[in-house]
Amino acid sequence: MYEVVAFYLFSGLTIGLFLVTVMSKNILYAMTSLAAGMVLISGFFFILGADFLGVVQLIAYVGAVMALYSFAMMFFDATRDIKEKNTNSALVFLLGGLSALVLVLMFAAPIHSDAITALYPMHEGVGNAQDVGIVLFTKYLIPFEVAALMLLVAMIAGIILAGKKMDQSLTEDMSADEILIQKDEK
Amino acid sequence: MIGLSHYLIVSALIFSIGLVGVLRRRNLLMLFFATEVMLNAVNIAFAAISHYYNDLTGQMFAFFIIAIAASEVAVGLGILIVLYKKHGTLDLDDLAKMRG
Repeated sequence: MYEVVAFYLFSGLTIGLFLVTVMSKNILYAMTSLAAGMVLISGFFFILGADFLGVVQLIAYVGAVMALYSFAMMFFDATRDIKEKNTNSALVFLLGGLSALVLVLMFAAPIHSDAITALYPMHEGVGNAQDVGIVLFTKYLIPFEVAALMLLVAMIAGIILAGKKMDQSLTEDMSADEILIQKDEK
Repeated sequence: MIGLSHYLIVSALIFSIGLVGVLRRRNLLMLFFATEVMLNAVNIAFAAISHYYNDLTGQMFAFFIIAIAASEVAVGLGILIVLYKKHGTLDLDDLAKMRG
């Protein structure tokens, strides 16, 4: 009973908040509604018994990604409403509605589920975090390491792209004092 | 009772909202937001299938999707900051005009 109430509450609120994200003209409204929708999506994960995934969603999405977005707000003019030329809006909504219809029909179609067997079944009496840990560090170890490497590359790329004067060497061509003097002259 | 198809339908609806955003938006930052919406919709579908088929593979893929989304945001925001410093705008139409 509670599951039903929670499901319909979360789905209604999530769809509404994401509609605000997509339709709003103000970047701050879009960002806050996106963060709230992500919190509610972690609620879906908790209903589904994927506790660890829900926690990761809260930490990585709501914590890190939204903090990164709000940090990037400092570079952009976030208070002004953005002006966009929305040409052919009816066509966009038609295409979106059609794709929604096709996706719903595809997902709601009956499938031959007897043939599907669990590759890594969940264990009874073992918590979700332990189960996830065992599978992640045995069967998915190499993808896990590759993901770690990818995050490292992304971190370096972010620092290089967003940092100032990263294309110049601080030690070789000129000393740090000269760069600071050069900055003051500008 | 809530079944698998309920979750999949919600996921499809949220994915379509993100798709409308990608098609409709002209601001690059808003395009990023719409992409996040689509990634989250797919995560819901993976978690639901993982729950109803009693299989952990769906949750694993959801974890890797979260990792990919995090690195996408890190690199993408760096590129957006460089673009904004260079052109002073994030509007796709303006940026396309500036190519000359």
